[in-house]
Amino acid sequence: MSSVIQYILYLAVLVALGIPLGAYIKRVMNGEKTFLSRILTPCENLVYKVMHVKKDEQMNWKKYLVSVLLFNGIGLVFLFLLQMLQGILPGNPQGLPGVGWDLSFNTAVSFVTNTNWQAYTGESTLSYLTQALGLTVQNFVSAATGIAVLFALIRGFIKVKADGLGSFWVDMTRIVIHILIPLNLVISIALVGGGVIQNLKPAEKVSLLEPIAVSAETVALDADGKIIENAVIDTENATVTVNGKAVEDATIIAEGDIVGSVTDKTNAFRSEVLTAASINKDRTAVSFGEDSIKVNMVTEEFVPMGPAASQVAIKQTGTNGGGFMGVNSAHPLENSNAFTNILEMISLLLIPVALCFTFGKAVKNKKQGVAIFMAMFIVLAAALGIVAYTEQMATPQLAQNGAVDLSMVDQAGGNMEGKETRFGIATSATWATFTTAASNGSVNSMHDSYTPLGGMIPMLLMMLGEVIFGGTGCGLYGMLAFAILTVFIAGLMVGRTPEFLGKKIEPYEMKWAVLVCLATPIAILVGSGIAAVWPGVVDSLNNPGAHGLSEILYSYSSCGGNNGSAFAGFNANTVFLNVSLGLVMLFVRFLPIIGTMAIAGSLARKKKVATTAGTLSTTNAMFVFLLIVIVLLVGALSFFPALALGPLAEFFTQII
Amino acid sequence: MKTFKEVLAKAAIIFVIFAVLTGIVYTAVVTGIAQLIFPGQANGSIIEVDGKKYGSSLLAQQYTDESYLWGRIMNLDVSTYTDENGKPLMYAVPSNKSPAGEELEALVAERVQKLRAANPDMDDTAIPVDLVTCSGSGLDPEISPAAAEYQVKRVAKARDISEQEVRDVIEKCTSGRFLGVFGEERVNVLKVNLMLDGILK
Repeated sequence: MSSVIQYILYLAVLVALGIPLGAYIKRVMNGEKTFLSRILTPCENLVYKVMHVKKDEQMNWKKYLVSVLLFNGIGLVFLFLLQMLQGILPGNPQGLPGVGWDLSFNTAVSFVTNTNWQAYTGESTLSYLTQALGLTVQNFVSAATGIAVLFALIRGFIKVKADGLGSFWVDMTRIVIHILIPLNLVISIALVGGGVIQNLKPAEKVSLLEPIAVSAETVALDADGKIIENAVIDTENATVTVNGKAVEDATIIAEGDIVGSVTDKTNAFRSEVLTAASINKDRTAVSFGEDSIKVNMVTEEFVPMGPAASQVAIKQTGTNGGGFMGVNSAHPLENSNAFTNILEMISLLLIPVALCFTFGKAVKNKKQGVAIFMAMFIVLAAALGIVAYTEQMATPQLAQNGAVDLSMVDQAGGNMEGKETRFGIATSATWATFTTAASNGSVNSMHDSYTPLGGMIPMLLMMLGEVIFGGTGCGLYGMLAFAILTVFIAGLMVGRTPEFLGKKIEPYEMKWAVLVCLATPIAILVGSGIAAVWPGVVDSLNNPGAHGLSEILYSYSSCGGNNGSAFAGFNANTVFLNVSLGLVMLFVRFLPIIGTMAIAGSLARKKKVATTAGTLSTTNAMFVFLLIVIVLLVGALSFFPALALGPLAEFFTQII
Repeated sequence: MKTFKEVLAKAAIIFVIFAVLTGIVYTAVVTGIAQLIFPGQANGSIIEVDGKKYGSSLLAQQYTDESYLWGRIMNLDVSTYTDENGKPLMYAVPSNKSPAGEELEALVAERVQKLRAANPDMDDTAIPVDLVTCSGSGLDPEISPAAAEYQVKRVAKARDISEQEVRDVIEKCTSGRFLGVFGEERVNVLKVNLMLDGILK
C-alpha cells in the first residue's frame, strides 16, 4: 500500500511544482519582471553588451536555424578536442590519458544532442576539467537549445504575417541565466547536503574490513583441486593442455583473479575456488593441500571523488542524463538516499512538465497547454503502472520455487536484481518511467536487469519519439508535430480545413511534421537493423538470445530518442557502435530542429483564421484521445515486429 | 556568406561566455559552498576513527566471515583502479543480468544454497531477495531489515553474543523512509559491522 502512495505522491509533487515554474518561464522568455530580475537582469544585459547583441533583434527562421546549428557545431568540435587532449590539460588529478577518437566523437555528439548516451565510464575515463568544462557546459546549452527552438515555434503560432521569430542569442541567454543557473545552484547544494560528493580532490582510498587475496600467478587445478603440473594454460579460450592433451574439468586461476578473502582479526582465509586453504602470516601465499600459490592482497577500496553534485543537478534538470559515475544515479555517491533521489527524479521531468503550462500561457490559450499536458500525463501514468506491476511481480527464475522471499514484508521485495535497497521497487520503477518518458536517460537502477515487460515499456517510451514530456523543449515541439498531424488526420475525417491555434495547416507544414515524427523510427530501425547483422556486434552483448536483441534495440532506441539510458551490460565502446550511434543521435536531434524551425517560419507568415462553430476543437477530451492514439499508432506500427523478437519473445519463454 | 561569418563569430563568443559561466564559475561556486557547509558529505561520507579510514558509509564492502553482517551480492573489480603506487584497489560493478535468464537463475540457486549452509538455524525460511541479487551500482551499502533479520542468529552465534545485542546494533544503523513515505527502510551494513567490532560506537 505504501508504495502506491509513493507513486501517487511522486506524480502529484511533479505537477504541483511544474505549474508555477511554467508561469515563471513564460515571464522570463517574454522579458517580463520576475522575483529574481533585480539580480539577474544586469548579468543578462552584460552578456548582450559583450556580444554586441540587440535585445529586440528579430531573426527570420533561416537565420535562427543557422545560429542554432553553428552554435552547436562549435560545441561539438570543442568537446571532441577537449576529451582527446585532456591528458595534457590541467584539472586532471587522476592523471587520465586522452580519450580515443571514436569514443570522443560519440561522447561529444551525445552531449551536444542532449542525449548523454554513456559509452564512457566517468570515474575512470574523464578528467574533472572534461566533466566540468565539457560535459557540464553542454548539459546547460543543449537543454537551453531545446527550449529556444520551442520558443521560436511558439512565436510562429502567435505572430501574424511576420518574419521574425526572436533572437536565438537572447533566448539562450535568458534561459541559462534566469532559469537553469539559479535552479541548479539550489538543487546541487541540496544534493551535497544529502550526501552527493562535490570536491576537486583526486580519488580517495579507504581500508577494507575483509582484505581480498588476488592470485599473483596463473595455475590450473584438476577436479580434486590440486595444481596440474606442466600445464599449458590458454586463459583466452579457457583451455588447459598437458603434453598436447586437453584436460577436462580443469579450473583456471589466472593472475589477477580473486581467490578469497581474509578477516583482519583472525587471519582466517575463506575461498570459493580453493578447498581447505589457509594463508601464511605475511599474507603473500595461500596453501591448500600440498600446493600453494602466491597472492597479492587488495586491502583498500577505491572511492571516486570530484565535482559530481553540480553536474548531477544539471544533467537532471536539463534532461541530459549523463552521469558523473559510470552507473549514473544508482551510485551511492551520486544519489545517496530517498531525499537526493526525489530531488533528482522530480527535476528530471520538471522543466518538460512546466513547458506545457508555459506553452498554454504563451499562446494565450491555457486550455491548449492543459490538453497537451493531459495527453502526455495519461501515457506516463499508464506506463508507470505497468512497469511498477511487472517489477514487483519479478520472475520465476528469481523466485526459485519459493526459496527466495519476494514479498513486501520488511523489504521492497520483487525484482531487486540491479536495484538499490534504498530505492526498492517503487522509487526505481518511477525513475525508469520518468527518465525514458523525458529524454533524460539517467538511471537509478539497471534497466538491463528489468523483467522482460518492465524493460519493454521504457524502450517503448523512447521509441515513441520522446514526446511523453520528452526533453527540455524538444519533447514539446515533437509533441506539437504530432498535434499538427492529429488535426490534419481529424480534419480529413470530418471534412474540415485543418487548423491549429488559428493557423491553417497546409501541405508544407504537414511534410515537415511527418519528417519530425518519423525521424526517430527511421533512425532506430535502420540503425539496429544494420547493427544486428554487422560482424562483431554480437561480442558486445551481455545476455544471450532474445534479451541480446533487446540490448541492441534498446541502444538504438536510446540514441534514436536522444535519451541516453542503456541496457548497460551492452559494451557500446567499439568503433562501429560509437560512430553509428553518434550518427543516429545527430540525425534525430537536428532533423526535427530543422523541421520545427521551417514550420515556425511558415506559420509566422500566415494570417490568423477566426474561430467559428465549424472549427475543430483542439482542447477537448476528444482531441487528447486522438493525439494519444496517433502517437501510439505511429510507435506501434513502426516497432511491433522488432519488439516481438526482443522483449516479447523473452517474456513468453520465461512463462513456459 | 556575410551572415554566416557574422553568426559564426557571435556563436563563438557566446559559447565562450557560457563555457566560463556554467563550466567554471558555476562549478566553482557550488564546490565552494559545498565544502563550506557540508564538508563531510561533499568528501564522500568517509568513516574515520583514530586517523584510520574504515570505509565510506555510502560504499559497500564484501563480507564472507560468519561474524559479519553480509550485504548485497558484489561483482568485485580489482583490475581497473590502482593507487599511486600501482597497488590494485577494490571497486564493484552491477551484473546487468536479465532476471528472466537461465544464467541468473543458476547463480541465484547457488547463492541460496550458500546462504542456507551459512545460516542453518533459519532452516527453510525464504531468503530475502536482497541477499541473492546484485545491486544497481554494485556498491549498494545497505540491505533491507528483512535481510538483516535473516542473519541475526548466525552473527550472534559466531560472536557468542545474544541475538538481542545484534538486533540493537542493527536497529541503530537502520534509516527510515524520507518523510516517512519515500524510498525504503534499510540497514547500513558497514556501520553494523564496525559497531559489532567495537570500532564505531
